[in-house]
Amino acid sequence: MEYNLKFLRYNERSILIEWPAIIDENVLKSILNFKKRIQNKYIKQKVDIINAYSSILIIYDFTIDNLNDEILALKLLYEDEKSFYEIKSKIWEIPVCYDKEFGFDLEQFSKYKELSKSEVIELHTKPVYKVYFIGFLPGFLYLGGLDFKLFLDRKSTPNLNIKRGSVAIGGKQTGIYPQDSPGGWHVIGKTPIKLFDINQSPPCVIQSGDSMKFVSVDKSEYLNIEELIAKSSFQLNPVL
Amino acid sequence: MLKVLNPGFYTTIQDAGRFGFREYGVPVSGVMDSYSSQFANALLGNSDDAAVLEMTMIGGSFQFYTPILIAISGAIMSPKLNDEHVRQHTIIQIRANDILSFGRATNGFRTYLAVKGGLKSDNTLGSQSQYTPITKANVIFKDDILEYSKYSDSFKKVNASVKFNDSVFKSNILEAYKGPEFDQFSESQKQLLLSDEFEVSKLNNRMAYQLEPLLTNSLKPILTSPVLPGTVQLTPSGQLIVLMRDCQTTGGYPRILQLTEKAINRLSQRTTQSCVKFRLKV
Repeated sequence: MEYNLKFLRYNERSILIEWPAIIDENVLKSILNFKKRIQNKYIKQKVDIINAYSSILIIYDFTIDNLNDEILALKLLYEDEKSFYEIKSKIWEIPVCYDKEFGFDLEQFSKYKELSKSEVIELHTKPVYKVYFIGFLPGFLYLGGLDFKLFLDRKSTPNLNIKRGSVAIGGKQTGIYPQDSPGGWHVIGKTPIKLFDINQSPPCVIQSGDSMKFVSVDKSEYLNIEELIAKSSFQLNPVL
Repeated sequence: MLKVLNPGFYTTIQDAGRFGFREYGVPVSGVMDSYSSQFANALLGNSDDAAVLEMTMIGGSFQFYTPILIAISGAIMSPKLNDEHVRQHTIIQIRANDILSFGRATNGFRTYLAVKGGLKSDNTLGSQSQYTPITKANVIFKDDILEYSKYSDSFKKVNASVKFNDSVFKSNILEAYKGPEFDQFSESQKQLLLSDEFEVSKLNNRMAYQLEPLLTNSLKPILTSPVLPGTVQLTPSGQLIVLMRDCQTTGGYPRILQLTEKAINRLSQRTTQSCVKFRLKV
């Protein structure tokens, strides 16, 4: 799992580390492992880390005086196999109601794809998706694993207000809107689960490296879970 | 405490930003022009991350119910205390019921009002900076009540004079590091980027500043990667977008430049139609 990494200055306080620019689970493992080791090394200082598909950006809370020293320290840390950290990833099941009321684009989507609605739901609930990282909006999960039969370019005119929890497909990706926002993806369902909650620590219960499945639920179960969440008596637990 | 009589055009509570949550997609936020806000905080002996009011283009008016020391920095919005002009970059003593009011910015775009000890407001995920949906509102409203510490007489005035460096308003040079995708640019594109002047478009806010005119662009989109405030992106249509403090944490457009902290502050004080030039930091 050794990659040839590129280290470069991003600004006064940040260093960018690049892996080969591919979407790949082994690259993800290597990134998360290194991220954990960096966080452990700088446990006493404030360090912010953004991880994406094939890179990490480290933002220090101090100006980097000697870039070469800092990069050398990072390279040594990467090569130090003793500090290797086993990433424990979890598997989550996310309930989704695919009813017309929530998945208002499902009908149109099935027509485009020449599939029945139940075929779309089956293809969408079958894969175990990988959470590559969280970005774009607070709590937005970048998921890998969408069946190519469901690939569809985003809409040419975005909807102005997509509701929080909407489950949608855009291009080669599927995702869940973590908050109300405009968006150009095809909405096929909705989950009552809050993916981002400032009252939780950490605010995202699902983390980079975890896996998840969508589970189809009917409207009454959706409403049931929604009510339990409103009463703070619902806890999303990993299945593994 | 103070009451907001008029919030102005776009006024927010900001501190140095929300650190430690970018891995969950939370923007860092924080004051747009950190030089000016830190200057006002320093005059009062506050820490750099004390929360201030950031007023944009047109300032507001505020009634203070309890005595406090304040300082004003950033763009000049002709501040008045009970209808008398007051100076910026100095400590101003406020008595109970004083009314402080601001007009339109004349030499920049953003003005900072700092109070001794910092403004007290809800702290969400380690910061008071307003950004929805992390905080309930993204601006302050008329009749809002803002809290601050009790004024204590023990404050010792520092007599050493500190000079405000107004290059933040006067210079239009934006110093920048090469972005990760800079070297994918052709020599002629680099030349153009570093020699031409660009104009701030009317699409400018705390999230991003768009610049005009369009550049010809042959760069392909990249695999979604981290970005920061100050990252200069180039869209497929050739639009230059400079990300600012409330920007998203990741993006898919090539990152051709990365502004220095100083350059982000300078751009924060630029308004629609003003011109800027990029210069590579050596």
